[in-house]
Amino acid sequence: MSRDFAPSVLTANDLFEGDVVYFTATGDWSRQHTDALLFTDQQEAAEALAAAQAQPERFVGPYLALAHSGLNGPEPAHFREAFRARGPSNYRHGKQPMGMC
Amino acid sequence: MYTYSEFDHDFLKTRNAQFRAQVERRISGALTEDEFKPLRLMNGLYLQLHAYMLRVAIPYGTLNSAQMRQLADISERWDKGYGHFTTRQNIQFNWPRLRDVPDMLDALAEVGMHAIQTSGNCVRNVTADHFAGASADEIADPRPVAELLRQWSTDHPEFQFLPRKFKIAITGSPNDRAVTRAHDIGLRMVRQGDAQGFEVIVGGGLGRTPVIGKVISDFVPEQDLLPYIEAILSTYNSFGRRDNKYKARIKIMVNELGLDEVRARVDRRFATLRAEWSGADRAILRDLRESFAPPAFRTAPTEGYDVAYRHDPVFRSFADTNLAAHRHPDYAIVTISLKAHGATPGDATAEQMRLMADLAAQYGHDELRISHEQNVILPHVHKSDLPHIHAALQSAGLATANIGLISDIIACPGMDYCALATARSIPVAQEIAQAFRARELDIGAMKIKISGCINACGHHHVGHIGILGLDRAGVENYQITLGGDGTETAALGERAGPGFAYDQIVPAIDRLICAYLDLRVDAQESFIAAFRRLGPKPFKDALYQTGGRADAA
Repeated sequence: MSRDFAPSVLTANDLFEGDVVYFTATGDWSRQHTDALLFTDQQEAAEALAAAQAQPERFVGPYLALAHSGLNGPEPAHFREAFRARGPSNYRHGKQPMGMC
Repeated sequence: MYTYSEFDHDFLKTRNAQFRAQVERRISGALTEDEFKPLRLMNGLYLQLHAYMLRVAIPYGTLNSAQMRQLADISERWDKGYGHFTTRQNIQFNWPRLRDVPDMLDALAEVGMHAIQTSGNCVRNVTADHFAGASADEIADPRPVAELLRQWSTDHPEFQFLPRKFKIAITGSPNDRAVTRAHDIGLRMVRQGDAQGFEVIVGGGLGRTPVIGKVISDFVPEQDLLPYIEAILSTYNSFGRRDNKYKARIKIMVNELGLDEVRARVDRRFATLRAEWSGADRAILRDLRESFAPPAFRTAPTEGYDVAYRHDPVFRSFADTNLAAHRHPDYAIVTISLKAHGATPGDATAEQMRLMADLAAQYGHDELRISHEQNVILPHVHKSDLPHIHAALQSAGLATANIGLISDIIACPGMDYCALATARSIPVAQEIAQAFRARELDIGAMKIKISGCINACGHHHVGHIGILGLDRAGVENYQITLGGDGTETAALGERAGPGFAYDQIVPAIDRLICAYLDLRVDAQESFIAAFRRLGPKPFKDALYQTGGRADAA
């Protein structure tokens, strides 16, 4: 791992739906945080981010979000990312109906 | 109410066609997000935490039953079957898909609604007293002036790229229900002899730098109002700061230049502008006044109301809490609470919107209002119809009798939806409403306002108890302010001390309320009155008596 780089996932909003998506180990994108590829190498993360930024017809605002390894895959390191991964707390909208939380 | 002209309809049609083409170009990749973002924001379309959000203007909070029904239909067809009414008399749809938004805008245009200038550094939706044209305490109906301001400011070429967003509120009553002192310009209708005019307040606002607005003129005659406001906007456009987003609001300009200097610059600009105004605005205002003429109030017995009031305690509780005095003694203003205990403040389902539309059509002269406190109002209801209305509201879960009580909380969407938020607001409001449900009548008049970030969309600075959600070292933390007031006696709340963790905020509010109940002279002394009499110390002592889990913020 790079000296100053903390494990992160690559995330963005889908252009069409607006919802949160994550870059996966297969090079595809998933709606589910646990499917995300946990980058531990800064160079690989930067390259994936640049690739996402080069696809403005699919994604909006890609960025690297801190995460850590969990039992079922990467887990968000900050509560904001946890809410993005889960959906709002007042309705089972967003990710909840998809069984993603 | 105002009916859109052919010109208005053509304008919206053209504008929507332009946006449809812009969306297509974004989807095709012809526009980058950087190019598209300002275009979508000009049409009220944000990208929030989980989805797009479309913010629709409800000018001065007034709409008719057809418009409310259309909002319901839009929420079902293109969203998730509900809408969120905001503190600026807008409605927000939280889940539209990008490709659907042009169709949503076309549907809105069918009933004379739009999302123009609900975002961007321009004059935002002009807000007004939600009891306008109905209230017993009113000097004059402010809505014709609000509509004049809307027409003047919409697509005004000089004011599309102001230093920052610009908010105007207007009231026609000495009792300020429009929070005029917390707006960039606040207008209060006043009379001098036979002359109708306005007290003009500038430089109010909440957010990062909360400021109570200052009176720049205690009387601007009605015929001078629009050129005078244009002079203020023009001065702000010229001298407002653009180097720092956080110092770009007019309140900072007023603070840095001083009110006297701002007044002098506005007066100079006004002297030039006044001569350029031909009087067309006066003619338009005369026509607008006809559009807003009071409905034909009917004369009929009110015994039905009196009987229900005497014999039905549930109805009596509703009447005592949710009705306000109407200008006509046989009528009442009904506030429909969108704050059922445990519900999301400001949310209404499509079914609820349709019911409210039906009630407005059948009993309310086809008028509805949205309040900045995120409730819905039927402004003109004959008292004899109130028992029927109450029964209908009960059937739809809309009869909560809590207007002005502790569960009638303003709460911004917070981090459950908003990309800017630093903590959640909605679940805090839900838990407070549930926790105090049994005691709220005893607690009495109480304004709790919650914001999920420093931008203060939940007006926490002017809450009797304000709650500000922040991110402290990666966890949600809530600061409390005390003694705020958004009315004609406006005041900013003062920060009580260190913040509280999420699971400690309701117990902290409980200690505060218990202290108030112990300290008040009697049940007639409200929380804010007790706070003003006693000062903050006993309330701060109560908040921190346990040591709690207060942080070191």
